[in-house]
Amino acid sequence: MRKKAYRPDVDVPEWKGRYVPYDIIKEGTIALVVVAILTVALAVVFSSPDEKAITIKTWSNADPIDFAKTAVSELDGTSGVAHYGAPYNHGGPAQGLGFLSPEKWVGVRIAINTATDFVLNPLEAQPTQPALHAALTQWASASSTTQSSWTSAYASADAKMTFTGDHVNVPTHAAGPVPVLINDLTMMARSGALDQALVTQNGFYTTNYTKPLLFLSDGTYLAGLANKQHLGGDQWGMMNETGSWPGQAWLWLYTFWYQVSPYNSSKSGDFMVFGTMMVLTALLVAVPFIPGLRSVPRRIKIYRLIWREHYRESED
Amino acid sequence: MSTDIDRQWTSRLRRSVVAKLPPDKLLPDTQPAYVASWIYVFGVTTMAALGVVIATGCILALDGPQWWHSSSLGHFVNSLHLWSVEIFFFAMVIHLWGKFAMAAWRGGRSLTWVTGAITFMVSILTAFTGYVSQTNFDSQWIATQAKDGINSTGGGAFFNVLNLGQMLMWHIVLLPIGAVLLTVLHVVMVRVKGVVPPIVETVELSA
Repeated sequence: MRKKAYRPDVDVPEWKGRYVPYDIIKEGTIALVVVAILTVALAVVFSSPDEKAITIKTWSNADPIDFAKTAVSELDGTSGVAHYGAPYNHGGPAQGLGFLSPEKWVGVRIAINTATDFVLNPLEAQPTQPALHAALTQWASASSTTQSSWTSAYASADAKMTFTGDHVNVPTHAAGPVPVLINDLTMMARSGALDQALVTQNGFYTTNYTKPLLFLSDGTYLAGLANKQHLGGDQWGMMNETGSWPGQAWLWLYTFWYQVSPYNSSKSGDFMVFGTMMVLTALLVAVPFIPGLRSVPRRIKIYRLIWREHYRESED
Repeated sequence: MSTDIDRQWTSRLRRSVVAKLPPDKLLPDTQPAYVASWIYVFGVTTMAALGVVIATGCILALDGPQWWHSSSLGHFVNSLHLWSVEIFFFAMVIHLWGKFAMAAWRGGRSLTWVTGAITFMVSILTAFTGYVSQTNFDSQWIATQAKDGINSTGGGAFFNVLNLGQMLMWHIVLLPIGAVLLTVLHVVMVRVKGVVPPIVETVELSA
């Protein structure tokens, strides 16, 4: 019978050399004690970061104009979330490559209507206020064309927006009820009531912060704070942490792609990065089965360093 | 002639387990002389760090997801959790590349490599869900950024990183179960097959 050829990257000869004493339980115990001591030492010396969460109340008090401008974009459907697309709405194009577009295939499953969810529903939940009630009624009874003309008039004047005397001021008289809606939403946000209104839309008990987080992400306040903490996407932020603590350093390759073209310029950059990482991950998992790739260790010879005593003994 | 007891599922399972993993393989008191390098330390270090990660996570879980913000003891336990995670990944990455350099999949150990690589991926996902469950600024920012990557795959519709409750459940229940089961499977495979021998350079052998 023909003998099968020996494949150095697949096969191993049976070990016929000597064995040495080995106490696996002692080894494990020592490792656990050393790691526990090292962990305590690092925790005592370096502690850990805990930058307080920002709220819509924080945001609207720190930068009421950014909040008010974001609120207008939610109302007129020009915000990032309003134009996001799946899984939130049909507002924007899905990411994909060629015919591959799983985002589009899955469709809308976490429905978000920015005007209704972020502006109108919270305002309607407010205690009866005649001016607000009138503004909401005027908005609801207007055609979509009229609504658009109001928000356009407001948005075109919002470069001159000011916030004085606890009031959002925009120099326009063609915006219908929009100034009242935006001003009242800003006041609601500054009181903290909007934070509650956005989460309690899911019921009394809730652990779902999708709506307030999406609203926050549409403004410039959250991103501004993050960039100051070097957490931006173009700052290798995925592997960074607030302050000077180490973050998810193991994501270095994932965030690397966001720094280079075409990933950082394509509208489907996220999908391309994910696809690239999935291919690389599959290669890593399947190394033992890929000729050429599984020969790399034998070629680079780092194993000679690891088993140097074995090879020294063999050569002697 | 086999008896009724021999044919029991329990008896068959016991025989199979003992045949594949006899006590002297499961808890060996000797090992081949070639297992003599610092690189071997990182496998057991990874396991030890996993133990500390789980222990500190369990303490954090005692009083809910937010107590550590307002308690100095809680903050310290959070620090222990963070640093044990950093040690875990540090050791795991060195272990992974060390095993790559040794071509540790040789001799019927392919699945040992595969389970190890998958455990690494599951660990990354577990850590990620921990980061978005911190209930602080960091988690807000990471969640709002990560949603774009996950949504682009279609996965965001089912794995909503902005849903704290869902992320926390994945972080403290589902993914740790997966990571621990994979680790156990990986270690059992290592014990069954033993530590991979050195690469043969000069001798022509037949397998």
